[in-house]
Amino acid sequence: MSHRPIAGPDAQPAHFAFSAENLEKANTHIAKYPAGKQASAVMPLLDLAQRQEGWLTQAAVRVIGDMLQMPYIRVWEVATFYTMYNLAPAGEHRVQVCTTTPCWLRGSDKIVSACKKTLGIGLGDVTADGKFGLTEVECLGACVNAPMVQINDDFYEDLTEESMTAILEALQRGESPKPGPQTGRTSSEPLGGLTSLTTLDAGAGDD
Amino acid sequence: MLQDKDRIFTNLYGHHDWRLAGARARGDWDNTKAILDRGPEGIIDEMKKSGLRGRGGAGFPTGMKWSFMPKKSDGRPSYLVVNADEGEPGTCKDRDMMRHDPHKLIEGCLVAGFAMRAVAAYIYIRGEFYREAEHLEYAIAEAYQAGLIGKNACGSGYDFDVYVHRGAGAYICGEETALIESLEGKKGQPRLKPPFPANVGVWGCPTTVNNVESIAVAPTILRRGGDWFAGIGRPNNTGTKVFCISGHVNKPCNVEEEMGIPLKELIEKHAGGVIGGWDNLLAIIPGGSSVPLLPKSICDDVLMDFDSLRAVRSGLGTAAVIVMNKDTDLVRAIARLSKFYMHESCGQCTPCREGTGWMWRVMERMAVGRAEKREIDMLLEVTYQIEGHTICALGDAAAWPIQGLFRHFRPEVERRIDAYHGAAAQAAE
Repeated sequence: MSHRPIAGPDAQPAHFAFSAENLEKANTHIAKYPAGKQASAVMPLLDLAQRQEGWLTQAAVRVIGDMLQMPYIRVWEVATFYTMYNLAPAGEHRVQVCTTTPCWLRGSDKIVSACKKTLGIGLGDVTADGKFGLTEVECLGACVNAPMVQINDDFYEDLTEESMTAILEALQRGESPKPGPQTGRTSSEPLGGLTSLTTLDAGAGDD
Repeated sequence: MLQDKDRIFTNLYGHHDWRLAGARARGDWDNTKAILDRGPEGIIDEMKKSGLRGRGGAGFPTGMKWSFMPKKSDGRPSYLVVNADEGEPGTCKDRDMMRHDPHKLIEGCLVAGFAMRAVAAYIYIRGEFYREAEHLEYAIAEAYQAGLIGKNACGSGYDFDVYVHRGAGAYICGEETALIESLEGKKGQPRLKPPFPANVGVWGCPTTVNNVESIAVAPTILRRGGDWFAGIGRPNNTGTKVFCISGHVNKPCNVEEEMGIPLKELIEKHAGGVIGGWDNLLAIIPGGSSVPLLPKSICDDVLMDFDSLRAVRSGLGTAAVIVMNKDTDLVRAIARLSKFYMHESCGQCTPCREGTGWMWRVMERMAVGRAEKREIDMLLEVTYQIEGHTICALGDAAAWPIQGLFRHFRPEVERRIDAYHGAAAQAAE
């Protein structure tokens, strides 16, 4: 079981409303599920609300409960169960370092310390200007590209202390560093030359 | 060794176009109607003939699983649910299939869904795979537009929808009944079985939950024939498999290989060998974090398939090979897995909720030797008390890595305990 910070009553805004664009997206999500099973859309709607506000407010939980005809406590149960919902402000750039065994074997401890040093905060903290949040997370499913971090929607892989620091500094300057492996490969192939899929027609489909 | 002509995931690394045009050039969606024309029974028979066993970890025969679905509806619709909640530490194969070969999965959804008389497929993808979900959504939109899915899919007269449902960070939703709960908009807490999902699944309707790889290989099996697939690998362990090789190897990678390839050959041929050479190997977790580790002596000649790994008291699991060389603090590596299971326990069953935290705390002490030797047997006893006493297999998965550690490396932990007490005694003098 995991525990995450929950913003107190003083930090909770009184109101929430989906933007027109997000309301349309919400209705598209609801339409994916059979009639009467609209509660299935609770996860995508919570995600939409979080994307709109930067974190998941209790006002949003109530609005979504009303939209889906769910008791607020059922929506809150979902919001507190899944770790991707931020129940308190989590920073504009949410830096999530995987430290589970496959990443740990490849040096995730060094990635954690590079993040702490560059951002000047500890795990679970948000910088004073609200720009960066730093958390330790469990396996993100990119183990052959370890060590890796997720920053918002993107994976940064095959990291070293140097490349991690460079990525964070680029974000601090307002740039958009390139996601994916930070070494010479494009995805999960062995670095330095393919050992399979080498025959010309095997992967055809470019033309 | 598997040849490229027998590889299914010809765009595994994303070096080619993943969209519809590229997929078509690689042979996907090629006269899918002809496959559907064989009828549900014909498709299931061919899948049974292929010997395909589920690629999500448990290895249950896929064709047989499909045959459990009702042949005639009692008024309730049937559903196919694809388990794309890939989160087993060490495993990252479904990710590549979804971002680089999404059309294989979508075509697989259609043929599998048709064989099970399902009205729709829901692909439950882990929330962190945001970019992968984007590719899937794009590919699904392409398939609808081309008439491959939706009304009269591929001109077959069959209507079939495919949807993506994103998770939000819960390993437990990779358990099929927890996944179903989550899809219904609830906490992902596993259900008791029976009733099995084929009778009562999502929204109370017949449901089959299959791993991404199991579904994505189906169209190729049906095109090339069950005999072709069954001719690769060994009896009862047939076909190709995407392996994920992580940890202390020179070139970590994913690769599609033949089932039953020797573990050593897999690592040396594709992953550039163990860092420091094969003799520098300490232990390998051969099938994702939930299966017991193997010491080098077993790794020397074990084959990578369900039955071979079961025979050495481990498992193929998701075929995620986590390599640890002699630089590894093995106790700490396993303790970190204990922390993972503590974090991911859903909290429903007491043995797991309380036991995973207890095991992690003891493992942390064992890692530095701050324990008594009698506590080793106490810890093992607790693992046996958790194993088999919970609704789902997360309790088992938390117990097995610890059991594997002590089965093969008990003297190492005892040495640490002696060293700790020796140092403490010296300090007291």
